[in-house]
Amino acid sequence: MSTVTADLDARPAEPAVNYLNASYGIKSWLLTLDHKRIGLLYLASITVMFVVGGVAATLMRLHLVEPQGALFEPETYNKMFSTHGIIMVFFFLVPSIPATLGNFLIPLMIGARDVAFPKLNLMSWYIFITGSALALYGTISGGVDTGWTFYPPYSSLYSATHVVTVALGIFIAGFSSILTGLNFIVTIHKMRAPGMTWFRLPLFIWALYATSLIFVLGTPVIAITVFLLGLERLLHVGIFDPAVGGDPLLFQHLFWFYSHPAVYIMILPGMGVISELVTAFSRKKIFGYSFVAFSSLSIAVISFIVWGHHMFVTGQALYAGLVFSVLSFLVAIPSAVKVFNWTATLYRGSISYEAPMLYALGFIGLFTIGGLTGLFLASLATDVHLNGTYFIVAHFHYIMVGGAVMAYLGGIHFWWPKISGRMYPDMWARISAAIIFLGFNLTFFPQFMLGYLGMPRRYAVYPAEFQVLNVLSSAGASILGIGYVIPLVYLAWSMRYGPVAGPNPWKAKGLEWTIPSPPPTENFEEIPIVTEEAYNYPAIEAHHYPDAPGVARV
Amino acid sequence: MSELAAHSVHPPGFAHQFETVEQQREAGHLGMWIFLATEILFFGGMFTAYVVYRSLHLPSFVLGSHELLVKFGATNTAVLICSSLTMALAIRTAQTRGSKGTIIVWLLLTMALGAAFLAIKLRYEWYRDWLEGLIPGVSWLSGGTHTPGVKMFMCFYFFMTGLHALHMVVGLGILTVLVIMTARNRFSAEYYAPLEISGLYWHFVDIVWIFLFPLLYLIGGRYPGS
Amino acid sequence: MMGQLPTALHLLAATAPFQPPAASSIAGDVDKLYLVLSGITAFFTVLIFSIIFVFMVKYRRKRDDETAVSTHTPLAVELTWTIIPSLICAVLFVWSAALYVQNGRPPASSTEVFVIGKQWMWHLQHPEGPREINELHVPVGVPIKLTMTSQDVIHDFYIPAFRIKKDVLPGRFTSLWFQATETGTYHLFCAQYCGTNHSEMIGWVYVMTPTDYANWLAGGEKSESLAQLGERLFSQYGCDNCHVPEGNGRAPSLVGVYGKPERLQNGETRVVDESLIEQAILTPNSVHLPSYQPVMPTYQGQIDQDQMLQLIAYVKSLGSEERNGK
Repeated sequence: MSTVTADLDARPAEPAVNYLNASYGIKSWLLTLDHKRIGLLYLASITVMFVVGGVAATLMRLHLVEPQGALFEPETYNKMFSTHGIIMVFFFLVPSIPATLGNFLIPLMIGARDVAFPKLNLMSWYIFITGSALALYGTISGGVDTGWTFYPPYSSLYSATHVVTVALGIFIAGFSSILTGLNFIVTIHKMRAPGMTWFRLPLFIWALYATSLIFVLGTPVIAITVFLLGLERLLHVGIFDPAVGGDPLLFQHLFWFYSHPAVYIMILPGMGVISELVTAFSRKKIFGYSFVAFSSLSIAVISFIVWGHHMFVTGQALYAGLVFSVLSFLVAIPSAVKVFNWTATLYRGSISYEAPMLYALGFIGLFTIGGLTGLFLASLATDVHLNGTYFIVAHFHYIMVGGAVMAYLGGIHFWWPKISGRMYPDMWARISAAIIFLGFNLTFFPQFMLGYLGMPRRYAVYPAEFQVLNVLSSAGASILGIGYVIPLVYLAWSMRYGPVAGPNPWKAKGLEWTIPSPPPTENFEEIPIVTEEAYNYPAIEAHHYPDAPGVARV
Repeated sequence: MSELAAHSVHPPGFAHQFETVEQQREAGHLGMWIFLATEILFFGGMFTAYVVYRSLHLPSFVLGSHELLVKFGATNTAVLICSSLTMALAIRTAQTRGSKGTIIVWLLLTMALGAAFLAIKLRYEWYRDWLEGLIPGVSWLSGGTHTPGVKMFMCFYFFMTGLHALHMVVGLGILTVLVIMTARNRFSAEYYAPLEISGLYWHFVDIVWIFLFPLLYLIGGRYPGS
Repeated sequence: MMGQLPTALHLLAATAPFQPPAASSIAGDVDKLYLVLSGITAFFTVLIFSIIFVFMVKYRRKRDDETAVSTHTPLAVELTWTIIPSLICAVLFVWSAALYVQNGRPPASSTEVFVIGKQWMWHLQHPEGPREINELHVPVGVPIKLTMTSQDVIHDFYIPAFRIKKDVLPGRFTSLWFQATETGTYHLFCAQYCGTNHSEMIGWVYVMTPTDYANWLAGGEKSESLAQLGERLFSQYGCDNCHVPEGNGRAPSLVGVYGKPERLQNGETRVVDESLIEQAILTPNSVHLPSYQPVMPTYQGQIDQDQMLQLIAYVKSLGSEERNGK
């Protein structure tokens, strides 16, 4: 079969009518019910939010090259880190993979024509951009300086910033998550093609299913929490004010009850992407399918009972600390199982190194480091020293950026030919992946050291002895920023000038690769009947053909 | 293709992302149950905060609860239970191929009872609370029995019953849409899923009130002469 | 050999780069745990990276139509790499929890220092009287217990060199203890974001030899002890009108009341600690005793946090001479 670089006569033709050109005009996009177009609407929105959050991060790191702060007054710096956290968590990471790749791919992967509730899907997007617009408006009018965690009494009684506007934006965007999660759960339960049993589903679907469970059960609690905070600021009723009998720690419990599962919302879809990439680029069945599938579910369940590990130094009862610590160690195990299974999938595979695979391999390495540093924080005695320092910042950035963002980029690159019908220039993509990997490690590894040395987080100025590590981190951030800009350029370029991709440029397994690129609006001409398991790549039985061509000897 | 033939016999209201009516019905039901699960967590966050503060400030919560008028709360409870009955009867009528007129009557009765709930609440409870300086942040008069602890209780009273009332208003909107849909012959013996699914929502809102009433109105018990 | 391992680890920990000074009795233990965690992290990172690298090279696709060799998933393999990490985690949890519990209990002989965090400075009050701002002088080798509260928002008291940290909350008291093992000067940071000048809410801890510390105590301006200041406030605010030592019908005697459980009007039994004393002063009707009328006025808004600590110190001192003497 031809590849995309084969001779012109054999180059696949783009289908004449697909979901992109089936109808024209802004109304056809803004009123679309097609899950694929809605996925692209989300892609555009969250890219905007990523840029806003990224600019805030760049400014922060530039400011921190000098111990007394190079750019801002502390008040402004405090608004920078708050904006960065709020935008990146609520308006980029939480929706990223589910709302873009999930919306686009779930019906394709399960053999359906659309999600269960297309109108609800469109409404989710409008709710999301309303929330985002409010948050941006709050940011532009002066922002908030409470941190993304909004702890009272500071946020309820002392901060003189636009807490209510931004909290309202978060509240509204939460409903977008809830409705997306609801849509996904019903779609996966009820709209699988004939023969697509649960254990034939791609692991990306299992991961999104687990994520959706967290969406629907966790998000309502953050909604109530920011709602109570907003009422407190507006009416001064004293709900979190100790002077009138309120308890600021109650806020923390309610807040983290959602926000801890939220971090699994942010990583589980990425893990699902990695399962797809590792299998496609080793042309091999996943090692331990059911273990990987059940690990996604276990992570979702256990994620709800570990929130207290954010509160080990608040003076909570010793016993509570012990319970949350042991459960936090427990939640690490399913993640470890995934890493081992992905690595084992590579064994005796036939591996190629296009950009998506580079992102996947980078993910496995960086997620391993990020996840293991979580053990330092689940461990009570070390968490006392490390809580509130840059160690925490490094830990979660290794998982969120080294993990989730790299998985997101890997997924975008892998499914880009399906989404756009075009291939991007792989050399530029690999260069960007390498730049991102190097820039990322230079940015965040020094932060582990800063944390152990005792530099607290959210500091606008810091003691001079921490400067060298800060400068290294900022240098890394500049490189990382460049790495993120390059894909924006070549992906946009490829939409017009990239070579036509054809239905399956990667020769991957999966229902999405059996239809044209870009797909027609109704996805499948005929709903397929599924007869094989996931990742059913042709493989040689080792004992039959020990000397089979192309197979390495072990 | 067999699919095209199947399409032509699909009833009105059939959504084409589905393959069969049965699939659509099941999807709708599952969707509503999941939505109700999210609502349980939503109210649950509020209930958790309430339980924590009640255990920390029980004497104040008893005092605060005694400020509420049980007779109106109890009446409203009866009103809502009846409205759940009329809602169920509307669905029953659709199930048993009753006339659309009967369905509309039951739906309108449900709306009337729901509106009565809101009217009683607004006129006899919240308006009176406003006059007596019992609404924190809006018209709070401190002093006497209006202690900070009682203020905390009243906060929760208004947060929780306010959130519930908001859900009632949304429910009335949904019922209005259902009345219009029924009048326009959108339902049939095979397709009345929106009625069932909205019924689930309405019953849920009722059940939330069944929890709210004892938790807010009956703290510390109500005995003759107290 | 096995006996030398802990020492070797300790030495390694003491010389390891990128580590703050280890100046408290628990710092060494925490560092050992940190080192082991780092070792486990490094081990598994190198393991995964190496295996991936080897597979990347060995199984790279050489021809476009090449297929993989199927490998089966033996349950034994899955269980092995589930159980071994679980065991490692179990060991880490037990070790860490034991250290945490041990570090959470201040020795009975601790000297108590009061800490008030407020935007954006630390007030520290020694029981003998000296008050410090953003500085804490302590003698080496003596266990010190910090009893802390906030006047406004949540702060966090963090001394990296001692490996200790605890949130400081408004409306309640939290506590922390340490025993410094090396003289020197160490950073004090606020580690819970508290507003504009959070990063300037920092200071120094001076660990001194016992002689130097005694000189420092004596050298400053003569000031009364916390309890003595509290006694003056007790009289100034009229507390002694009702709370007489013999007890009268209006108010309970406060002699020897600290540390005793008391049954309150609402049925609860609570031990008289700093929190309860503060609550009694600010919201007396919430904690009044059954045999007394709720007539005590509230002092909310009249007494600031420093004065509150002095009153609490005075109440704590009542009856302690009798308890010690008799």
